Amino acid sequence: MGQEILMIALAYLKAFAVGGSICLIAQIIINFTDLTAGKILVYFMLAGVALTAIGVYQPLVDFAGAGATVPISGFGYLLANGAMKGAEKGFFYAVTGSLSAASAGVTAAVVFAFIMSLIFKSRTKRN
Amino acid sequence: MTGKTKENYNSNYLNYVKTQIPPTRHFKNCLSAFGVGGLICCIGQFIRFMLEYIGLSGDELAGTTSVVLIFLGCLLTGLGVYDRIGRYAGAGSIVPITGFANSVTSPAIEFKTEGWIYGMAAKMFTVAGAIVVFGVISGVIVGLIYYFI
Repeated sequence: MGQEILMIALAYLKAFAVGGSICLIAQIIINFTDLTAGKILVYFMLAGVALTAIGVYQPLVDFAGAGATVPISGFGYLLANGAMKGAEKGFFYAVTGSLSAASAGVTAAVVFAFIMSLIFKSRTKRN
Repeated sequence: MTGKTKENYNSNYLNYVKTQIPPTRHFKNCLSAFGVGGLICCIGQFIRFMLEYIGLSGDELAGTTSVVLIFLGCLLTGLGVYDRIGRYAGAGSIVPITGFANSVTSPAIEFKTEGWIYGMAAKMFTVAGAIVVFGVISGVIVGLIYYFI
């Protein structure tokens, strides 16, 4: 029982450290280059795809769990992983695999954003 | 001081701007980005454990975890809480998947006044469109490389 609690605490600690570090890298890049949020998202997503393709990101996901999948580079991991799994099945799945793996995230973002735009009005930004 | 050419004016103005903007507080920025980013990942890990407990696994588990986080990101954006977190946390709120949800929901709510089709639906993809475009292209490239190797 005690060992189980230790494992869970360790999982949270690893998620915090790895996820925080990815955000820290992004913050350092923003501080020194004035990149906007959209560009940071795209570059980190592409970095996730590239690191997954060369096989570096999978061990990180195994190690850190949500710490590696929650940042946007995890979205890139999902895309690349889907493409790599699809490539084993055939040409059609190699092309469509990436977006079908990411379809849950894209669908959720569109549907929830639509619902929220029905519910909420745009508000003036208070400080 | 005042230059005659346009370039001179511009550089003088930029130098003036540089003296007026507050200095970037690197250490504080980085610390809050690390803390908030790590915290969001911990929430993700918590959701992951909870979903694992009710019996999900594999791709389904990973997908549902991001769906729940995207829901939270959209809701907090709608309530106006996420912008406040963003002002404090910088990259700590941009880089997690909740930041992606924020970048979809925020323009959708803001441009609702310009109509449903050209306002809400079209502006929804101002940032997310770039992510989907480059994501699909890079995904197809990776798929083709793995198929032909």
